Amino acid sequence: MDEVKLINCMRCGMCLPHCPTYRETFLETASPRGRVALIRKVTEGELDQSERLLEYLALCLDCQACASACPCGVNAGELVAEFSCEGKAGQGGLNFMEDLILRKLVPHPDRLETSMAPLRLYQRTGLQKLVRHLGILKMFPKPLARMEGLLPALPARPLRQEISEVTEAIGPERGSIGFFLGCVMSLIFSDASRATIQLLSALGYKVITPKNQVCCGAPNMLGGDLAGLQEAARTNVEIFAGYEVDFIVTDCGGCGAELKKYGHHGAGEAAAEFSARVRDISEVLALHADELALLLQPLALKVTYHDPCHIAHCQGIRREPRQLLKLIPELSYQELEAADACCGSAGTYNIARPEMSDRILQRKLDTIASSGAAVLVTSNPGCLLQLKKGLAEQLPNVRILHLTELLLQSLRAPVALKPS
Amino acid sequence: MDSSLLKELQKIVGTEYALSDRESLAVYGYDSTPELESCPAAVLLPAHGEEVATIVSRCAAAGVSVTVRGSGTNLSGGSISHDGGVVVQTSRMNRIIEIDEENLTATVEPGVITSALHRQVEARGLFYPPDPGSMHISTMGGNVAENSGGLRGLKYGVTADYVMGLETILANGDLLRTGGKVVKDVAGYNLNPLLVSSEGTLGIFTGITVKLIPKPQAKITMLAHFPAMSDAALAVSAIIAAKVIPATLEFLDKVTIKCVEDYAHVGLPLDVDAVLLIEVDGHPVVIAEEAAAVTEICKKHRCSFFQTAKDDGEALKLATARRTALSALARLRPTTILEDATVPRSCIAAMLQVIQEAAKKYDVTIGTFGHAGDGNLHPTCLTDERDPDEIKRAHQAFEVIFDAAIAMGGTITGEHGVGLAKKKYLPRLVGESGVRVMRGIKQAFDPQGILNPGKVI
Repeated sequence: MDEVKLINCMRCGMCLPHCPTYRETFLETASPRGRVALIRKVTEGELDQSERLLEYLALCLDCQACASACPCGVNAGELVAEFSCEGKAGQGGLNFMEDLILRKLVPHPDRLETSMAPLRLYQRTGLQKLVRHLGILKMFPKPLARMEGLLPALPARPLRQEISEVTEAIGPERGSIGFFLGCVMSLIFSDASRATIQLLSALGYKVITPKNQVCCGAPNMLGGDLAGLQEAARTNVEIFAGYEVDFIVTDCGGCGAELKKYGHHGAGEAAAEFSARVRDISEVLALHADELALLLQPLALKVTYHDPCHIAHCQGIRREPRQLLKLIPELSYQELEAADACCGSAGTYNIARPEMSDRILQRKLDTIASSGAAVLVTSNPGCLLQLKKGLAEQLPNVRILHLTELLLQSLRAPVALKPS
Repeated sequence: MDSSLLKELQKIVGTEYALSDRESLAVYGYDSTPELESCPAAVLLPAHGEEVATIVSRCAAAGVSVTVRGSGTNLSGGSISHDGGVVVQTSRMNRIIEIDEENLTATVEPGVITSALHRQVEARGLFYPPDPGSMHISTMGGNVAENSGGLRGLKYGVTADYVMGLETILANGDLLRTGGKVVKDVAGYNLNPLLVSSEGTLGIFTGITVKLIPKPQAKITMLAHFPAMSDAALAVSAIIAAKVIPATLEFLDKVTIKCVEDYAHVGLPLDVDAVLLIEVDGHPVVIAEEAAAVTEICKKHRCSFFQTAKDDGEALKLATARRTALSALARLRPTTILEDATVPRSCIAAMLQVIQEAAKKYDVTIGTFGHAGDGNLHPTCLTDERDPDEIKRAHQAFEVIFDAAIAMGGTITGEHGVGLAKKKYLPRLVGESGVRVMRGIKQAFDPQGILNPGKVI
């Protein structure tokens, strides 16, 4: 651990009101300030790295709301993640579901895609309905039952297998984009990623989606496998270096945050150059807001936006998604209260810590309900999964869409007939 | 701690809210004060006043000390258990019991966050002015115990000016009710002001009734850039002498400006010696005149640029940025030792001079910001706890600053409290008879010495 990063916390407590777990518990051990203090006391030998201490740290969502709030530049979430990654390396520390997802499946797109086939079958044959109806899930381990509950309808095939490597620009080509296709986006939210590609193409970009790209590596980090993350970074940097592109774009907040950090992992100049070109889709679309405004058709909807932590806190992107939504004619935008508070999804947190995750989700659902919006927009697959489930249970009339899905709907909306 | 006492305490608040594991105790050993740490024997989070009373009476019977804590943002070590007793954290007692629009009062539990009360009363067109820098974190109980000030102190005064009634658990667990909703009350000794700023040494608040006033109709927020620090200080005195009382008249020096701008990106100037953040509020016609007067005075005092916030959003950004000043200073060096020596406001320019000379003499970096209009500055020494020599020099510089403040007719702390950190300076300020009277008061309230022992005197 970097001692300076720990000592910089001057314990002012500015982070406390922003921390979802402190808000729920009021416990210092569940606060960013307390977590930094715990880590510091371990590094200084005052405390042992006890199981209880790791348990306290594991309550952190790594949403990094504390980092946004910290005037002295301490990132408690990242410090906890680094410390826990070191702690998990080479040992258990994960429950079997986390281990399966983080170490065995997600880092390997092929395995992951194969593993989803039975699930698709499970949904298509109606077995899912039957299982849910009969309450058979109660007989399975809790994490599994929880995962089942989170699973939305799956696309017929992962986007990675379906999409062509090159999508040509519509109209004169203004440049080219390397598209980084997130694993969960490809497997579950392929409609959104398809919309991303179509929007870029409509704005005159040629979109290249290298087929051999691998997972961004964020799950490796969560699973305590720093070497795996570095390997993923090296592979992706090398693959994208083979294409002349203006930007490397992703529509997954989690991937974007990780890709922008490749340059930090000591992977050299190529990695730094790669990271410098990475953009969230909203950043690129916002560059062309004026043109987009001319293309978008009216959608008379009341819409609100949930800031994914990986977009707002990790990448500092708040203005662009709102700006883009407001471009849609007749759309009524309603700001969500505490829009940048975590929804409780946080990687595999909602499977590993369902109770805390549900409490955090409930606050978010309450703010969505009081916003009165008919459509909730966000732009990260973890949030989409979590909020989709929460809305289905409590606010079935609120639709949830990825930012690019709504923008594409507006792009495709039939032109309203003008009175002559 | 005696395991039978711990079991009793667990029974009072529930095991979930009675912490005694090593890890939890370790992180309740600090508050926001640098250099001070002391682990308690247990931490309790009671749900209501009766639980607090039971805790205190059990601890008193066992001779174990009780230190009350809100969000742990204290800046004088006041919420640290100095002798390893029990810490009582009030955060769960966070209900706003009542907002009484007929009597213009609000009654709250001690764990209510200050800005949460602001939001609730302002939604009804009312106003609770005290707004300490930490108002989004700090609790009402802590504000009352420390008599917190804030950015609006110049025009509206401090917490003590708004406390009307208190419910306090005494050292033996008894409940003491003082004051209430009446505007006039001369029955017996006036105990409210005594309890306000008692820093948890005389009792623990379980209920607080504060005065509300109508919310000002409008405000104008201004920022003046000064190439010379002394001109900024003179402008402060000139504004007050001109009989304009802004709600806020805040000062930030060059070091502070840079750190705040680095974090908040609100467009503060990096090439000037000082800025004044000024806010006037009230009737639109009146504040327009006041703003014009302030503008003229600043220009007369050679301000290089004068800016008026164009809307509430911009005003809020400036005020929010100012609130990050103390923490933002830690961007430069890890350990920030902050003081709040306060002088009569006519002495602001002289005090700034003293601070600069002390920094130079002891070769330390001091960033200064604060409530210039109140004469309450926050010289903050930027240092590194791993460098004992520098820490020593920092404290030497502060000795000079405190002595100068006392000599000017000022005080060693305007709003952060004495706690542990400024205990040794208190006798210099209040003298022998002051200490004797204070000891007598402590003895009358807490003969056993179990409430926040080792603090203040």
